[in-house]
Amino acid sequence: MNAGTLLTVENLSVSFETEAGRVRAVDRLSFEVRHGEVLGLVGESGCGKSVTALSIMRLLPKPSGRIDSGRILFGGRDLAALPPEAMRSIRGRRIAMIFQEPMTALNPVHTIGRQLGEVYGLHHPEMDRPAVTAASLAMLKKVGIPDPAQRMGQYPHQISGGMRQRVMIAIALACGPDLLIADEPTTALDVTIQAQILELITTMQQQNDMSVMLITHDLGVIAETCQRVCVMYAGTLVENANVATLFDRPAHPYTRGLLDSIVRLGNRRKTKLPTIAGMVPSLAELPPGCRFQNRCPRVMDICRNVAPSLVAVGPEHMASCHAVEKELP
Amino acid sequence: MATSGLNLLEVERLKKYFPVRGGVFLRPVAHVHAVDDISFAIRPGETLGLVGESGCGKTTVGRCVARLYDPTAGAIRFDGTDLAGVRGAALRRLRRHIQMVFQDPFESLNPRHTVGTMLEEPFKIHRIGTAVERRQSVQSLLDRVGLSANAADRFPHEFSGGQRQRIGIARAIALNPRMIICDEPVSALDVSIQSQILNLLLDLQRESGFTCLFIAHDLAVVRHVSDRIAVMYLGKIVEITDADTIYATPLHPYTRALISAIPIADPAAKRQKQVLPGDVPSPSAPPPGCRFHTRCPHAAGICKTVEPALIPAPFSPAPDHRVACHRAEELMKKK
Repeated sequence: MNAGTLLTVENLSVSFETEAGRVRAVDRLSFEVRHGEVLGLVGESGCGKSVTALSIMRLLPKPSGRIDSGRILFGGRDLAALPPEAMRSIRGRRIAMIFQEPMTALNPVHTIGRQLGEVYGLHHPEMDRPAVTAASLAMLKKVGIPDPAQRMGQYPHQISGGMRQRVMIAIALACGPDLLIADEPTTALDVTIQAQILELITTMQQQNDMSVMLITHDLGVIAETCQRVCVMYAGTLVENANVATLFDRPAHPYTRGLLDSIVRLGNRRKTKLPTIAGMVPSLAELPPGCRFQNRCPRVMDICRNVAPSLVAVGPEHMASCHAVEKELP
Repeated sequence: MATSGLNLLEVERLKKYFPVRGGVFLRPVAHVHAVDDISFAIRPGETLGLVGESGCGKTTVGRCVARLYDPTAGAIRFDGTDLAGVRGAALRRLRRHIQMVFQDPFESLNPRHTVGTMLEEPFKIHRIGTAVERRQSVQSLLDRVGLSANAADRFPHEFSGGQRQRIGIARAIALNPRMIICDEPVSALDVSIQSQILNLLLDLQRESGFTCLFIAHDLAVVRHVSDRIAVMYLGKIVEITDADTIYATPLHPYTRALISAIPIADPAAKRQKQVLPGDVPSPSAPPPGCRFHTRCPHAAGICKTVEPALIPAPFSPAPDHRVACHRAEELMKKK
C-alpha cells in the first residue's frame, strides 16, 4: 500500500443466498483506489462489479447478501467490520455513490430540494434551513442544472434523465466526499447526454480533488475517462493496469477478446467480428480452476484444476492467468 | 422521393402521432409527434440503418412498417402494395414477408411455450408442411442460428440473453421473409455476445438475401451492418446517405455531434469532443423551424423559423446524400 492510496479492497469475497444455494458473486478480489484518480471497473453482466460497489458502501441486500471474508480499508478502518452507525457517517459523507437509473434511485414523492437538503440534514445538522437552501442551490448550479431555484420545487418525474443524473451527482457531492462510486452512471442515457455527464464527473473530480471509481461495461468510456482500470470476470479480477497499458498490451485472454469484439466506427463494415465463444458460466455452477476456462483460446490442463492468482506482468500491470504467468521470465 | 419499381420498401411522408389524453373525459390534449413526415426507400437485399437517440421515432417507424401500428398519415409500400389498405388474409400473407426481431430477448418470447412450439407456430399459422416436416424445419432453424437440437424442448427462461436472441432470430427467419426489421437487436446484450449476434445476422443475410431495416441507437453497430444510414432526430430524418459517408463526411451538425459523443475504446485517440448542451425537446412540443436549433452550435436566424427540408446535397462527395440543414453546405466548406 503506498501513500497515495485512498481505499484498499483486500481479498474481498461476497456471496448471496439464492435458490441454487449460496453463490459466490465476488471471489478474493483485491485492488486499490488512489488519491485523485479515476479508476475504472469494467466487466460484463454477472462479473461482480456492482456487488463490489455495494459491498464497499455496505449496501448489500440483507439478509441474502454477505461479505464472507476480506477487508475494505479506508481512512485507517476496515469498512467491512464497521458497525452500522459508524458506516452511516461515512456513507454519503466520505464515500458517495451514484447509480444507473436515477429514476429509481431518487425518491419519486419528494422534491429535488428536499432530497438534496436531506444530505445536509444528515451530515451537517448544525446548518440551519437558509444555509441548507443556499448550499443546495449552489450545488445544483455547480452540476450545471439551469434555473436551479425552479428545480428545487420539482419532482424527479418532471425533469429529464440527464437532469436526474445531475441531481444524483449533486446529492452525492454535497458533502464533498473523498471517493465517488459511479455505477454505470451513463448506461441508461443517450450518447449525447452521456458525453455531458462524463464531462461533469471528470470536472467535479478535478475541481474537488476527489477519487472516482467508475463502473461500466463500456470500454470506450473507460478509455476516455479513467487512469487505471480493473477488468472483472465472473466475480474475479482478471487484469489490473493503467489505461494506456491495458489497451495497448492487454495480457489476459478475456481482456483481449473483449477489446477485439468491440464494434468500432472506423472498422471495415460487414466483416466478421471477432468474438469470445460461449458465454459467462452460471455463478451457481462454476467449474473448478479458472472461471474463464470454457471460453479461453489459451486454456491448458492446469486451468481446469487450479484457479490462477494475480501476478505482475509489467510495471503497474497485473493479470490472473496461467498462460500469461507461464510466459513470464 | 424517387419511387422506382426497384425498391422493396417505400415509405412516403409517414406520420405517426400518439394522443396525450387528459381531463375527465380523457380527450387528447396534445399529440406526441413520434414520426413526423419521413420518407425513405430500401432496395431488395439492402440494409438501411435507422439511428437516433430516445424520442427520435425510430422504433415507431419500425412498428409502422411491421404494421404493428397504423400510421396517422403517409404511405408504406411493400413491393408496390400500400400496407395501409391491406387487411385479413391478405395481411397475413404479407406478414410472412415482413418479420421483426425485438430488443428484449426476455420479453419477446412467450415464457410458457417451448422453443419448439414457438418456432413451429409460423408454419402452423401459414399452413406450411406436415407435423413431421415442421419439426424438421425447427431443427434446421436451430442449427442455422447456432443452437443445439435439444433447445426445442426447453423454455425461454432456461437460456441466456444471447441465446434467447438467437431464438427470436430463428423465429423471424422461419418462413424466409423478404424483409426483417431489427429493433435494437443487440442493445440488451453483453459486448462479447453482441458481436456473436451481429455475425449471425450478417451470415443469415448473406445466405438468404433478405432486406433489412436495422434500428439502433449505437452508430458503430448500425454502421457495421448497414449499406445506408438515416439519422433521426425528434421525428424527422436529418441526414441519409451510405454508411461510409455518414462517418467520413457527416453534414448535419447533429450527426457530427452524435459521432463525436461516441466514446472511443482507444486512450491514445485524443480529440476535441463536441458536447451538445441541453436535453432533447419533448416530442409533444417540437421547437419551431429546425427541431435541432435549440441545441445546435451553428443555429442561425432562419433555423429558428423555417424548417429545413431533407434535400440532396450535391456538394457531398457521395452520390446520394440528403441532409436537412440550412447551413450544411456552408458548414462543410468551413471545415
